[in-house]
Amino acid sequence: MRYIEPHAHMVSRVTDDYERMAIAGCEVVCEPAFWAGFDRSSAAGFYDYFCQLTGHEPARAAKFGLKHFSWLCINPKEAEDVKLAEEVIALIPEFLNCPNVLGIGEIGLNKNSRNELKVLEMHVALAARYHQLILVHTPHLEDKLKGTRLILDVLKSDRRIRPERVIIDHVEEHTVGLVLDAGFWAGMTLYPETKCSPARAIDILETYGQEQIWLNSACDWGISDPLAVPKTALEMKKRGHPAAVIDKVIYQNPKLFLGQCPKFKISSKDR
Amino acid sequence: MTQQQVLDLYFLDARHKLIEVAAFLDRVERADGKDDFRLKAFRAALGRLNDGQNEKVKQVLLAFSDPTTRPIAKAKGKSAAGAWAGKTG
Repeated sequence: MRYIEPHAHMVSRVTDDYERMAIAGCEVVCEPAFWAGFDRSSAAGFYDYFCQLTGHEPARAAKFGLKHFSWLCINPKEAEDVKLAEEVIALIPEFLNCPNVLGIGEIGLNKNSRNELKVLEMHVALAARYHQLILVHTPHLEDKLKGTRLILDVLKSDRRIRPERVIIDHVEEHTVGLVLDAGFWAGMTLYPETKCSPARAIDILETYGQEQIWLNSACDWGISDPLAVPKTALEMKKRGHPAAVIDKVIYQNPKLFLGQCPKFKISSKDR
Repeated sequence: MTQQQVLDLYFLDARHKLIEVAAFLDRVERADGKDDFRLKAFRAALGRLNDGQNEKVKQVLLAFSDPTTRPIAKAKGKSAAGAWAGKTG
């Protein structure tokens, strides 16, 4: 089995995780910029983080034969401070030509506040100006439905944004239809306690089909599982899904979306 | 999959989770003090399982969701409670 992990926060993971992912069949890992679990005190902290995502982490992944790509932004959890967000967004263009940068992400909303929306619009404008792919985080738990609707309004109101170049992540049963019906890609995050379980993610695939949708672990510093994608593939196998369907969901689909960025190249075989 | 295959694969797991829900309700009901909006939302969500509607998981998620449409004035924290408290920011 081969797979692409399209959303993982590897700066928070130990090297054993890289090894286990590689053994499980992972070929590529993609890392959106994220909240550190605490607020960074200045834009300089983000500059260092972007250096880590574009330099140090790809080298760490390469030791296990994994290609590493990244996405850049200030995460919605730190978007209440608009001045800080402006300073951080101003740093991003100098990193966009780095060979492993795929686009702007994970942007979005957290508590659905006015300032978060303002910062989301700034990120969307940045992506449009530099023709970047977009990866969107949708809020947690009770805030997800409202946040998804607000995010869709922002994206649809900017005529420069093409839905097929945007993935809206962390969808669940009450939001996946909104996202796919509007022509966007949908990401399902496999978490032990929140978001989707492997069984529910497969239910969604069986209900909504396997087009414009991917699976990810979004493993980070919290309760999460870097092997969630191959474990879900095993669950699909138990349900009798053919190998070609599993390969489409965990390999071909992310390859198709990410391949819209010319820098996303997978060198060997297939491919 | 047939219904029998689904039952073979998932019944024991679902039974386990249902018993955990029952134990949670017993635990919170025998505890002292007052409940809050989360338990009210939980009971409302449980009600969605037996009201004859399709898409039960969607109905449960909607029962926990903020139904409003306007952005809040300011985020007062970063975390989510799991159920809508019934107030707009």
